[in-house]
Amino acid sequence: MPKDSGIGASSKRREDVRFLTGKGKYTDDMNVEGQAHCYILRSDVAHGTLDSVDTSAAADMPGVRGILTGEDFVEVGGLPCGWQVTDRFGEPMQEPKHPVIAHGKVRHVGDPIAVVVADTLAEARDAAEAIDVSITELSAVVDMAAALADGATKVHDDLTNNLCYDWGFVEENKDAVDEAIKGAHHVTTLELVNNRLVANPMEPRVAIGDYDASTNDHTLYTTSQNPHVIRLLMGAFVLGIPEHKLRVVAPDVGGGFGSKIYHYAEEAIVTVASKQFGCPVKWTSSRSEAFMSDAQGRDHVTKIELAMDENGKFLALRTDTMANMGAYLSTFSTCVPTWLHGTLMAGNYTTPLIYCNVKAVFTNTVPVDAYRGAGRPEATFQLERVIDMAAREMGIDPIELRMRNFVQPDQFPYQTPVAVVYDTGNYQGTMAKLLEVVDRDGFAARKAASAANGKLRGFGVASYIEACGIAPSSLVGALGARAGLYESATVRVNATGSISVMTGSHSHGQGHETTFAQVVSDMLGIEENAVEIVHGDTAKIPFGMGTYGSRSLAVGGSAMVKATEKIIKKATKIAAHLMEAAEVDVEFKDGQFSVAGTDKSVAWGEVCLAAYVPHNYPLEEIEPGLEESAFYDPANFTYPAGAYACEVEVDPDTGKVEICSFAAADDFGNVINPMIVEGQVHGGLAQGLGQALLENTVYDENGQLLTGSFMDYAMPRADDLPSFEVDHSSLTPCTHNPLGVKGCGEAGAIGSPPALVNAVIDALADKGVVHIDMPLSPSRVWAAMNQAG
Amino acid sequence: MYDFELVKPSSVADAAAALGDEDAQALSGGQTLIPTMKQRLAMPSKLVSLAGIEEMQGVAVSAVGGIRIGAATTHATVAKEVAGSYPALAALADGIGDPAVRNRGTIGGSLANNDPSACYPCGTLASGATINTNKRAIAADDFFVGLFETALEEGEIITSVDFPTPSAANYQKFDQPASRFALVGVMVAKFDDGVRVAVTGASESGVFRWSEAEAALNGNFSADAVAGLSVSADGLISDMHGSADYRAHLVGVLTMRAVAAC
Repeated sequence: MPKDSGIGASSKRREDVRFLTGKGKYTDDMNVEGQAHCYILRSDVAHGTLDSVDTSAAADMPGVRGILTGEDFVEVGGLPCGWQVTDRFGEPMQEPKHPVIAHGKVRHVGDPIAVVVADTLAEARDAAEAIDVSITELSAVVDMAAALADGATKVHDDLTNNLCYDWGFVEENKDAVDEAIKGAHHVTTLELVNNRLVANPMEPRVAIGDYDASTNDHTLYTTSQNPHVIRLLMGAFVLGIPEHKLRVVAPDVGGGFGSKIYHYAEEAIVTVASKQFGCPVKWTSSRSEAFMSDAQGRDHVTKIELAMDENGKFLALRTDTMANMGAYLSTFSTCVPTWLHGTLMAGNYTTPLIYCNVKAVFTNTVPVDAYRGAGRPEATFQLERVIDMAAREMGIDPIELRMRNFVQPDQFPYQTPVAVVYDTGNYQGTMAKLLEVVDRDGFAARKAASAANGKLRGFGVASYIEACGIAPSSLVGALGARAGLYESATVRVNATGSISVMTGSHSHGQGHETTFAQVVSDMLGIEENAVEIVHGDTAKIPFGMGTYGSRSLAVGGSAMVKATEKIIKKATKIAAHLMEAAEVDVEFKDGQFSVAGTDKSVAWGEVCLAAYVPHNYPLEEIEPGLEESAFYDPANFTYPAGAYACEVEVDPDTGKVEICSFAAADDFGNVINPMIVEGQVHGGLAQGLGQALLENTVYDENGQLLTGSFMDYAMPRADDLPSFEVDHSSLTPCTHNPLGVKGCGEAGAIGSPPALVNAVIDALADKGVVHIDMPLSPSRVWAAMNQAG
Repeated sequence: MYDFELVKPSSVADAAAALGDEDAQALSGGQTLIPTMKQRLAMPSKLVSLAGIEEMQGVAVSAVGGIRIGAATTHATVAKEVAGSYPALAALADGIGDPAVRNRGTIGGSLANNDPSACYPCGTLASGATINTNKRAIAADDFFVGLFETALEEGEIITSVDFPTPSAANYQKFDQPASRFALVGVMVAKFDDGVRVAVTGASESGVFRWSEAEAALNGNFSADAVAGLSVSADGLISDMHGSADYRAHLVGVLTMRAVAAC
């Protein structure tokens, strides 16, 4: 029987009332009294020396309040990178300065050169056209292999070369892996590309700087997934503004998918400009600017080798990847291809020996950072593709081959050879659930029916595992993270019993305001509507690390549970006093405190009132008031896992792929709101299938972005996708957080690309096609069929 | 967008007079021009809106066959109004862009712009339509000169388009995945005096007639008749969405499908 409220109920998303009626308050909806607008003049060449930036004519243009150039930021810090990777030889990565505004050189199309602040955006733009910029163009480094070649043009003159780091994991296993591959019965080798993506949240980035000279207070309104992190990075590392003089507000945010985690130049620009020019300053990204200034995702070139014995048992795995960093190191860029990628190379399998080499490369392209899944999709894609190819080469059914190599249910906790320990899981369970949902036995008949219509039908599966609930602070600290990754929550019980929860997690589409209220109301036995979730403002929330890596419920939710437990403990003490009973005899259930074995009881509301109107109160034992905070640092990552199946039809005449059906069986641990979880899976699948079928970021050899608008960058649309079958009933609760939850935000984007590609390759196998790089556009599929044929 | 003056004449004569100014530009549905201006890639000093000119609006179906479509008629209106009289043209109009585009964009605007991947030039050329302007009547065969180039003179305004109605016709559009313009589009139209085949999206010179296919279909109007034919990849567009070879191949596939669907 489905519940109608609390944990496990599909409560309607309360935030949708404002979102769906146009009442959401996004950063661009905000306008501060006296606000000026800024326009950012960006480089239109990918690489060049910035010889001069003459702003004298522009400064006299109508409405102009002031102009900033790279010179104005020479004395402040660069945009920081939050994770130091140590290379195979024990040396720290090469870490160039990332100037807020380009100085000396421009390094990618879109690199900021000057900022004009004027009364109106049109005036700022007019003035920007009057800025005289002199650039001596240099040859651009775009291709990663070329960037690593001897004598390649350097993106950063002060670095040795374009190699950020050469990372090996697990380095001590390298020789053993080489040995095992050499002696194996069969080795399957696959070279592939994980295509570069632009996140394209519906809401472009916006930043408003508002400086109050009378108090020396700075306020930054920004489209961020983690306002406290922005306050820390910009305040402490870039501009030197102490926390108590810097408030960062991230109000309603229209999607992020990772791209709004990072501290961006524009945030520092509006903060500086507001103080310097004495007015609030607003910047709103156009969609064109988003294409050349939002951190992009993926962009790996990989060779993977899987060694097996004669029964298809995995013996060893070796993978070599070049990972594109773009021109500068974005906030979390360096950990994505390493610790969020190499540690997942075991997948759902018992492969005993694994070695993962990653070379991170600077190029004259937009910086690359985490995008929905971040490293885990790249790991899953190569693994699930090479397994499918191995199955074909070995003549073993692809599902059977996976089953033979799955970690068994009784092997948990499972220590992988790539550092992480899976606490719990049941990969056979999700695969069995998947096969219940899809009619695999009927595939042959459907394939025959397609063939009769001149179409090629294919079926593909993929398993996935991801590490979510980021992350245990001591572990990530040892791996190079420059911050802890706990979360905080404050639960404030108001005098009449309603609750305000201040969480460091940030909701930008995930539905926290609903889900988190379900958890707290369930714990306290009160109405969901009596609980309000407050987030996104450093002035209201004690601290927070924000939302990414499917961490909000597992980490932020756990902090909230801990704080609520403290509330219950204190409230029990108050109740015991009110009922003149011993604390140990007091039970709390369904919003009532009662004394065991008696008819004495006191309601939640009475206890709350007593806390704030302490006329009859144990003042000698506890303080008045009812508000508790907690920080939660997870003991381990969580490991959502699952199995996905895709069925496609390919038109051999045109190469067009149609997705006929897609099914997902996920293990997210316990589920708080099934409807919201399904929505998250649907969104993830749309983005994953978008990557597999449509999306691609293309630069030409000069570093010009050819896919700079939706005219050439193909976003998935509703009619590109089938109706999804999703299931999350085969679950194993997480063993180390209080809710037993794992996280569901990224799974869809991780598991779906290999499932789709495997299905298309299955359809084309008879034509001799063994691999096609994403996106599987009609022209690529057609070319592959013709080259193979 | 730069500042500009907007005038809204109510007659073709007034519009033509307004277009006499230097840097004046005609505005119809604005589906290409407005985005271009927003990006500051075009800076007309004056826009002459054709939307309020009554004589350029609407669809008239002649009792003896043939359709006259006012140049300022939107795609959505065409899709609705010619559904019975020229279903292939209605389907073509209904497949342009999205509902917002179809409710603003006009046939005259599309023809005057002559985007090499647009649908209307293909439908117009395959139909052997006549483009009427404030100065003359231009046969479709003479109208499309090249990439974004037409026979229109400076300040000349398309007022209407006359479509003869074929006995059978079909338009096959293969979408470019991002823009959903035609990666390749082929229109086949069968008339008493012969078959016309027009191709959009494929050529670096814009829309063209595939005369070899027309000749084959005049002899035998069946998909088999064109099965062995192919256009040369020389001069075809090659970009990230498809090579010239791929486009050449699609021309053949789509022509067969269009014939089969007639």
